[in-house]
Amino acid sequence: MLPNESLVNFIFPNNAHIDWSLMIVIYPYITGLVAGAFVVSSLYHVFRIREFEGIARFALVAAFCFGLFAAVPLLVHLAQPQRAFNIFFTTHLTSAMSVFGYVYSSYMVLLMVELWLTYRDYFIERAKETSGLQRVVWTALTLGVTEYTPESARIDYRLTTFLAAIGIPWACVLHGYVGFIFGSVKANAWWATPLQPIIFLMSAIVSGMAMLCLMYSFVRWRTGRPYDYAMIRKLMTFLWGFVIIDFTIEVLEVFYVYYEHGHHWSLIGPLLSGPLYNSFVITQMLILSAIPFLVLAVVVIRAIDRKPLLYLANFASLLLVLQVLVMRFNVVIGGQNISKSDRGFATFHFEILAKEGVLPALIILAAPFVVYYILSRFIPIFDDDERLTAR
Amino acid sequence: MKQPETNGRRVFLSKLLGGGVAAAGALMGLRAPALAKVLEGPDEGFDPGEHDYVFVVDIQKCIGCGNCVRACGIENNVPEGQFRTWIERYVVTHEGVHVDSPEGGMNGFEAIDPALREQAINAFFVPKLCNHCAEAPCVQVCPVGATFTSPEGFVLVDPEHCIGCGYCIQACPYGVRFMNKERRVADKCTWCYHRIRRGQQPACVTVCPTGSRSFGDTRDENDPVAQILKDDQWDVLKPGMHTQCQVLYVGLPRVVV
Ligand code: SF4
Ligand code: SF4
Repeated sequence: MLPNESLVNFIFPNNAHIDWSLMIVIYPYITGLVAGAFVVSSLYHVFRIREFEGIARFALVAAFCFGLFAAVPLLVHLAQPQRAFNIFFTTHLTSAMSVFGYVYSSYMVLLMVELWLTYRDYFIERAKETSGLQRVVWTALTLGVTEYTPESARIDYRLTTFLAAIGIPWACVLHGYVGFIFGSVKANAWWATPLQPIIFLMSAIVSGMAMLCLMYSFVRWRTGRPYDYAMIRKLMTFLWGFVIIDFTIEVLEVFYVYYEHGHHWSLIGPLLSGPLYNSFVITQMLILSAIPFLVLAVVVIRAIDRKPLLYLANFASLLLVLQVLVMRFNVVIGGQNISKSDRGFATFHFEILAKEGVLPALIILAAPFVVYYILSRFIPIFDDDERLTAR
Repeated sequence: MKQPETNGRRVFLSKLLGGGVAAAGALMGLRAPALAKVLEGPDEGFDPGEHDYVFVVDIQKCIGCGNCVRACGIENNVPEGQFRTWIERYVVTHEGVHVDSPEGGMNGFEAIDPALREQAINAFFVPKLCNHCAEAPCVQVCPVGATFTSPEGFVLVDPEHCIGCGYCIQACPYGVRFMNKERRVADKCTWCYHRIRRGQQPACVTVCPTGSRSFGDTRDENDPVAQILKDDQWDVLKPGMHTQCQVLYVGLPRVVV
């Protein structure tokens, strides 16, 4: 089906090539994981969800690892990466994209300060216990503050809570803003909706929570440590809630456009029954949204516990991290499938080895996990073993 | 049973549909002298604040010869397969609209499929180029200000400053921007800014054999474009986008996007 009474698939000559490809797909994906993981740590620090105490630190470290790579795909995508810093030096404030550098780097600073506060007593401890080069490194990490008194612990606690609190709106800004970059493009019928920032934010939280569940279970399994089932249950309850909000808004958005039957539907109707049919309707909506929604409903309502809980939670989480990835793809690529000619669709071709191909994308997606692994060799990420075994 | 009148229109349509190819060949000669002047003449005495330029496209006059597309390619070093300007051919039938633009219309158009020709109720060519929008989304979204509006109202890209993010390409509703394959920066029609500064016309305007393309200063009362503005018989592309296009189309059919 072609839009606007077109007899042939006519695309504007300059639209034949899809400019924003896989790098721009994984850029909001990784940014979303940062925001989502951070929210979990804040749920403990700010909202006092005590089930998350054992993973608050883990969530923070994970957010940091993802954060390190959030801007990498953008950089790889730029045709002139050596000029990337122009975005700081000649910021053009009417551009939705221009303040990304500032929002992103300030957020990373916030994350690092919070991490440092969380770990500084450990750094001090290590600096005292080690010698030689190791000692130098640990001492450097203490930033010269080598005393840790109960008073400092109290101050740190308050500071951490404060940072976690301002971190929530900041994480929302960081990610809602990525949605705004797309949502404000009036030239693109599939992007242009004021709901876009909220859609991006909700899906970010979904992906972050689901990813934490997967990582947590994997690490626990590999290291042979006990699982905190109460925490997993709680996480799944929150996850289910966010999935419902996310799914509802996304469906609502499409339904509105359908019901209005205006210019946008003349393009989006054929888009959804054509180029995006498999990846949006079937994969994203029917398989990767509906199934985890039902699984989580069972988990939450039937109060499933222990091993069945672990399996179902991970099954749902796996589908959900994929769902959000596919959603990013459908937004970014789907929008560009529509030629500005309004009378045809451009085709997207996967490349494998090219600069923006599948392989570089996979490498960038894998990098945060590698960093996490390295960090976990040096700093304690979980400290709730005793508590769990004692139970 | 065909009405004589319809026959008349058919003949006209056939000429239009097939004519581009012949015209293209015949007019090749025109291009060279026009382009030879390009690098001549200083731009002293040019006061940017003194002008209000518009570009006028008269749909009825375009014969789809592709001279403009070729001239633009040479004048501006446009990489193969990318277009600062292009020509679309519309064939309107009761069943729908058939549009094509093989190689941007660079080499004119082959005669149209006879079956389609049978059904045609209207057919015409539409030249496309950057609209140098007064409210340009591309300028708005450029994160580093590399796309900007010049004092004379030209929307331009600074190739030394562009980071190649491609946001402007997404934001332009008219699909006129592209990432230049060779220079790896955003690129598009400049209305031949370098020529205007020297008091010349855009390359495409100089080679258009029928005067379908014209360019001028609306502040100059004697300029034909000033009259067109006064007559108020023009349209812009995608008016719903509210970008205040400064490429004005005369005789723009409803179906054109
Ligand atoms: S037509 Fe496109 S590129 Fe040209 S000024 Fe308007 S928005 Fe910018
Ligand atoms: S591609 Fe260049 S001109 Fe276009 S928005 Fe990005 S930096 Fe600006």
